[in-house]
Amino acid sequence: MTLDVARIRKDFPILDRQVRDGQPLVYLDSANTSQKPRQVIERMDDFYERHNANIHRASHQLGEEATAAYEGARIKAAGFIGARDETEVVFTKNISEGINLVAYAMGNATAGQSGGSGSGRFRLGPGDEIVITEMEHHSNIVPWQLLCERTGATLRWFGVTDGGELNLSQAGDLISERTKLVALAHQSNVLGTINPVREIADRAHAAGALVLVDAAQSVPHMPVDVQELGADFLGFTSHKMCGPTGIGVLWGRRELLEEMPPFLGGGEMIESVWMDHSTFAPPPHKFEAGTMPIAEAAGLDAAIDYLTDIGLDAVRAHERELIAYALDALGTVPGLRIMGPTDPAARGAAISFTLGDVHPHDVSQVLDEHGVAVRAGHHCAWPLHRRYGIQASTRASFYLYNTTSEVDALVDGIGQAQRFFGGA
Amino acid sequence: MRLESLYQEVILDHYRHPQHKGLREPYDAEVHHVNPLCGDEVTLRVTLKGAAGEPVVADVSYDALGCSISQASASVMSELIIGKTVPEAMSLAEEFLRLMQSKGQLEPDEEVLGDGVAFAGVAKYPARIKCALLGWMAWKDATAQALEEQK
Repeated sequence: MTLDVARIRKDFPILDRQVRDGQPLVYLDSANTSQKPRQVIERMDDFYERHNANIHRASHQLGEEATAAYEGARIKAAGFIGARDETEVVFTKNISEGINLVAYAMGNATAGQSGGSGSGRFRLGPGDEIVITEMEHHSNIVPWQLLCERTGATLRWFGVTDGGELNLSQAGDLISERTKLVALAHQSNVLGTINPVREIADRAHAAGALVLVDAAQSVPHMPVDVQELGADFLGFTSHKMCGPTGIGVLWGRRELLEEMPPFLGGGEMIESVWMDHSTFAPPPHKFEAGTMPIAEAAGLDAAIDYLTDIGLDAVRAHERELIAYALDALGTVPGLRIMGPTDPAARGAAISFTLGDVHPHDVSQVLDEHGVAVRAGHHCAWPLHRRYGIQASTRASFYLYNTTSEVDALVDGIGQAQRFFGGA
Repeated sequence: MRLESLYQEVILDHYRHPQHKGLREPYDAEVHHVNPLCGDEVTLRVTLKGAAGEPVVADVSYDALGCSISQASASVMSELIIGKTVPEAMSLAEEFLRLMQSKGQLEPDEEVLGDGVAFAGVAKYPARIKCALLGWMAWKDATAQALEEQK
């Protein structure tokens, strides 16, 4: 299952680009957003050039074609993650919106709205708890903070160990009959840690809680099956998996989506509208108000085709080799400290590090000068950085199109940064 | 090479040997500013001396965590404005802001901005402009608070 990386790279036109006065681009920022293959770009062009119309409400051939493209993407996404069927797949703007959808549905249930019968399990109040982890992205922190403020529920946190793993010894204390929901990342966007979602989900379910998985960093890089994970909700975003920006997926168990009150109100999400009340479409359309990102859905469909043709197992195997190579190579740099697990089997392809006194912004600036694109900062995981007593880190993240020689370019660039800021 | 035009020797000098760094007593106002993009932060104190209705920047002291650009900028700023009247210092802040927003098209006046001219290269890197402005924004905020107190 070795990837033909040279062939894959030919699919990504942007990888031929030169940056900063003639340096070949070394793109190591895929955890931020991935590059897009020709196949995705062409599918979107084809949609706009040949099939563009609004969906569901246009009674003409183009409308039928556009609807087929949009709903076809939903079927594709459902199969991709092992959903029971496509009615469990809600399209959102991105994963932040997907998480907010669940949080606001819970808030709306608390305020007395219903999505159907028995939305009681979504109601929150003082004494109820939502459990998240210290390694979450802000998008899986802030919606829950806001929800707790609105409802009086309490937000509780799994800590992380010095080695960058969840402190599972806290599980017995954290997950109890008071827990309404456990929300956690499948894979940390900073540490790379792959979390034992199944183990935590089983505990949560035994306590009667729901489980939401932020799979933004895992779905693009490895086979993910919502049934195997034991999730109740799982979100991911297209732009990190070779697809376009502007569309993401929130998968939820059908019976939960049915019970949940809507999040955004508007066109297409209704069954019937009266002056004094409205009734709502069944899921997933109940959660898709207004004109949706249609061409983006076609692009996501193409991205799933692209990744499926290559095989997520092969992508993961390739990245594991890159991670092992990168961990070794970075390990030789004096003063460089890697955050997160050092075992390639326990982590994904995002590697964050600090470099002694040289600030990550300065490291990334020197790397950029050499054509190497990385991310510097807190990576939208401020609590995690505080946990490790650091302000910021530099993150190199890899994908199916990266090579070991690009890792070498990274290590070279880091050496240049150390020489440039040496003695600082 | 472009890196040298961004990180001019003056900037690296101030980064390695920051001037006026360390929080000092007494002070009239203290603020804490962060750059939400990268987490850089500065705590900055201002002491004003009112001389015949024209307040003077008697002292600026700060503690900062951040990249070379933000550290050096706070250092250069302190050197420039300590001893100036508040209106003079405010006009320097405006001049520096204009330089940062110039996209690299403005030829800065060394007579006015002193070591601040070294930051001209920063204006070509949109992601770094906030780094260079962090200390200045904190100073403007602290000074506004100090003036408010005096009323």
